[in-house]
Amino acid sequence: MTERPGPERLFGDLLNDCVHCGFCLPTCPTDVLWGQEMDSPRGRIHLMSQMHEEDVLTETAVDHFDNCLGCLACVSSCPSGVAYDALLEHTRHRVETEHERPRGERVLRAAVFSLFPYRARLRALRGPLRAYRSGGVSSLVRRSGLLDRLSPTLATMERIAPPLSSPPPPLPELVPAVGARRARVGMLVGCVQGAFFPEVNTATARVLAMEGCDVVIPRAQGCCGALSGHAGRLREAVEFAKRFVEVFEAGQVERIVVNSAGCGSSMKHFDRTMAEAGESDAWVERAQKVSAKVVDLTEFLVELGPRAERHPLPLRVAYHDACHLSHGQGVTSQPRELLTQIPGLEVSDLPNKEICCGSAGVYNLFKPEAAAELGDRKGQDVAATGVGVLVSGNPGCSLQIASAMERAGTPVTVTHTARLLDASLRGLSVEQALGKV
Amino acid sequence: MATSAHQTNIPAALTALVPRLREICGEDGVLTDLSRRRVYESDGLTYHRATPGVVALPTTTAQVAAVVSLCAEHGVPYVPRGAGTGLSAGALPHADGVLLVTSRMRRVVEIDPENECAVVEPGVTNLDITRAAAPHGYYYAPDPSSQQVCSVGGNVAENSGGAHCLKYGFTSGHVRGLEIVTPSGEVVELGGKATGAHGYDLIGAFIGSEGTLGVATRVTVSLTRSPQKTVTLLSAFTSMDAGGEAVGAIIAAGVLPSAIEMMDALAIEAAEAAVACGYPAGAAAVLVVELDGPTSEVDAQVERVTELCAASGSFETRTASGAVERALIWKGRKSAFAAVGRISPAYIVQDGVVPRTALGEVLGRIAALSAESGIRVANVFHAGDGNLHPLVLFDDAEPGAGERAEEVSGAILDLCVEHGGSITGEHGVGVDKACKMPRMYSDDDLTTFDLFRRAFDPAGIANPDKLLPTPRLCGERPGVRTGVHPLVESGQAEQF
Repeated sequence: MTERPGPERLFGDLLNDCVHCGFCLPTCPTDVLWGQEMDSPRGRIHLMSQMHEEDVLTETAVDHFDNCLGCLACVSSCPSGVAYDALLEHTRHRVETEHERPRGERVLRAAVFSLFPYRARLRALRGPLRAYRSGGVSSLVRRSGLLDRLSPTLATMERIAPPLSSPPPPLPELVPAVGARRARVGMLVGCVQGAFFPEVNTATARVLAMEGCDVVIPRAQGCCGALSGHAGRLREAVEFAKRFVEVFEAGQVERIVVNSAGCGSSMKHFDRTMAEAGESDAWVERAQKVSAKVVDLTEFLVELGPRAERHPLPLRVAYHDACHLSHGQGVTSQPRELLTQIPGLEVSDLPNKEICCGSAGVYNLFKPEAAAELGDRKGQDVAATGVGVLVSGNPGCSLQIASAMERAGTPVTVTHTARLLDASLRGLSVEQALGKV
Repeated sequence: MATSAHQTNIPAALTALVPRLREICGEDGVLTDLSRRRVYESDGLTYHRATPGVVALPTTTAQVAAVVSLCAEHGVPYVPRGAGTGLSAGALPHADGVLLVTSRMRRVVEIDPENECAVVEPGVTNLDITRAAAPHGYYYAPDPSSQQVCSVGGNVAENSGGAHCLKYGFTSGHVRGLEIVTPSGEVVELGGKATGAHGYDLIGAFIGSEGTLGVATRVTVSLTRSPQKTVTLLSAFTSMDAGGEAVGAIIAAGVLPSAIEMMDALAIEAAEAAVACGYPAGAAAVLVVELDGPTSEVDAQVERVTELCAASGSFETRTASGAVERALIWKGRKSAFAAVGRISPAYIVQDGVVPRTALGEVLGRIAALSAESGIRVANVFHAGDGNLHPLVLFDDAEPGAGERAEEVSGAILDLCVEHGGSITGEHGVGVDKACKMPRMYSDDDLTTFDLFRRAFDPAGIANPDKLLPTPRLCGERPGVRTGVHPLVESGQAEQF
């Protein structure tokens, strides 16, 4: 077996792919906000080169790396094929290993990463949040702007917490195919999706089963490691990934279906994560095999082709491209195709659809002001369509956009492609589809 | 955020300016930290680099005027920069000067469909004008390949063109009014929404002046009515000669396409690798021909062009009238420069013009140059108006390769001039070609240019060392006057 290039060597090569043309600037959310070179992909790549060539990591550079949302719009717009995703992952890992963050930031990061990758802990948070909301304290606190003054991060967490309904019953470990079996697939539950949008998971499993799939949903799967990996917490990401690989190897599935864009985008590169962390070739190979099976729900359904009957759902919706679906995985036509297959459903695009909504994993917790500004912009674009229902393929986006639009006084119903498909396959009414009855 | 500890290596002459710049542009509008300044070390032409002394990011005309006045007061040079996509190092920073960046001035101030014009700030991208005008049935015609990112201020400074210049002309044909800040810091209005001003064409003088006469802070551009129909043809040939023949035949037939673009095999390979544009396999040359106008006229022209291409030996001609198909054809062409990064570690984008009739001859000579030197040259060009864009490929890790590529690139320009052409079609002169100006212009020409420049910028602080050759940049050459102009000396002219 030929020797793999070390991460540092690879990093230098990848940096050289950038020809400084600037095509990445207009779709970069921080360039849109601030219009300065070091907060554009081209500028950050320059800062990465400085870091790499001179082997120093300045506080300034860390600031600008932290400002990046990791939305990967630059990857889509780059004509030279620069792997900014790999560059950023490596850079973030270097920042996390070498840079001493101020105490406040350290505490916040530790708190976020001991909460979000754990579905059970997130779920436990639902109770207190529910009490908080129903007690009317929420709107009072929100009106006073108290939280904003105390901590913009806490304020963001409060805002993006979704209104809660009673959760559907937990999914079984196997949902058998309806009718003749066409495939045996694994399914990711996801941390945020599982805790805040369990009904999306139920819908996903049901749609897959109705389309003839045995759906394997291992209880032991845990977090896929995307949040940690995207934040440069490589060790943590690798540990999550290893468990995930083991669990799904045992599941004997043909594909692993994901309904959360951020997770899917990271799961397709388990092997890169392992290699970056210096794991053994054996692990890289196992990870590669599992990654090769990972597929977004919409990608998979289009590949499979429709079999179950679609019932009409007379509804106008706008589709929001989650960055890690469109830029991260190149999945843009499939969700639109599936939605337009539903009789009576009309789908429109958002203006500025390639610009990030500001959610970006946990970015909105670490950089709340920038995230809120991007959320407001996205909200205005959604409002401009005049459509009351927004479809998104990522839980983070759903939380972010819904809260931005509520803040702007133009509330919108945000739903997931899986829920509309599920409703159409089951012949539900529009109200039932949107969970309004 | 930057702290005083980070303010390393600021040139001594500028340290006194920094607090005043902060008063003008605000705390976050001035960059002093070395690693931030270095990010601005080059524009789209990375071959030339210099760390700016300090970077200012103004947001209003008043701020630009105040920054320039401050520079004038202290005799400090300044360099204007927009999106930093230029390809002649026209925005190369000055190590002892201020880099004046207009990227935060990007408001579309007004779309005025009744008067068929738009008023925009200099940082607005070329394509954003079209986006803003589209709902009214209009667009902004000059379309550089980098239109999604390059900004209007830079388009004005460089007199940018693009694929559709064949029919619609360069930036200079589409600007009605300018608000500029002169090198002394004065705000001046040139022209306005109305067309047809008399007297000296100062707008004409300013466009293409590469920042040497001032900074445009507001631009009034003409909008063009979106055509009733647009059809894009993609025609593939087995040789460059056959493609060139087709170009000649189309023009001779009296058809005026909005664009005729040509790419050779190497450029096609790069574009395919980058954007999978699906050009016909095995093509040694492709022509992209676009026809627009009233439906009946376009339909007749499409038929005529298809026949002419076939007669010249085209083995496949595709016609795209849908937006998606047309965009795919153009995507290959418009991404070609950057896409070459996929097939070569480094490359030089050259820009030269030859009379259309000399195209075949010059392309043959370029191929010979490439064969002799062993350096690959990919060709992408605006065939309709003879504007060549040879891409000279090399490996920058190989010692001496860069120099050899430069030689080939320079020899290509010599070929252009030799055949009655020009050293630049649309990328501008900047630093990159300043020393080549004497190949096109006599010493008297250059002295007259210099006199003109000094009428606007007597202190020589506005984007110095760009556009015109200077001893500092190009070395002393015998016969160049550097002293007082003879007309001034004899009292026949006055320098002010």
